[in-house]
Amino acid sequence: MLVLSRKANQSIMIGDSIEIQVVDIKGDQVKIGIDAPRSVTIHRKEVYVGIQDENRRAAKSTGSNVTGLSELFKKNDKHK
Amino acid sequence: MVKIKSKALGEVEVSEKQRIHFPDGILGFEFIKHYYLLDMGDSPFYSLQAEEEDEIAFILIQPELFVSDYKLVVPRSDLEALGIKQEDDLLDFAIVTIPENPEKMTANLQGPVIINRHSRIARQVISLNEKYHTKHAVLEALRQKQGEAD
Repeated sequence: MLVLSRKANQSIMIGDSIEIQVVDIKGDQVKIGIDAPRSVTIHRKEVYVGIQDENRRAAKSTGSNVTGLSELFKKNDKHK
Repeated sequence: MVKIKSKALGEVEVSEKQRIHFPDGILGFEFIKHYYLLDMGDSPFYSLQAEEEDEIAFILIQPELFVSDYKLVVPRSDLEALGIKQEDDLLDFAIVTIPENPEKMTANLQGPVIINRHSRIARQVISLNEKYHTKHAVLEALRQKQGEAD
């Protein structure tokens, strides 16, 4: 991993269309501003990893009885 | 029509119209680019069966069915990437996780699967609605939704 030191208001360019700026530093928290084309998706890593982990759990669970699931759902859906 | 092996339903016949293209794959399963969306008869659930990977499938449900006041909020860039111009163009699903006790099944509303119903191009997106997380108790939410309807 490339490591660079930056102060508040300084930036890093990634390629020629992505700019990452240190907006503010307070204690152990850093505020980061990102300028990127709309086609680039930006997310907090823990959200991304959380979804990945949940997908893996979901893929493991699909072997279970599908008819049973449907009945469980309908039993709770009393308006149908 | 072609016959495929599916994890949820065994051998089934599928048509081209059920074949969904995920150019970026599903998070954690990026190597799979095509799935078949299988209807499970009179059931609120669907199976998203990986093409050429019999053992990989996801159970899907439409969040509107069990979440009261469900609102899909996703980055515009995701909709543009899928060529979605209006709400009518899209199908929106949540992936369901079934634990040992299926009563405790959960749905991932933070990472919904969005499909352009015309082109059948899809993507798992990350919701911008901060109310949603990866583990919504489906039956509990359903009972709550019913309660509000009374």
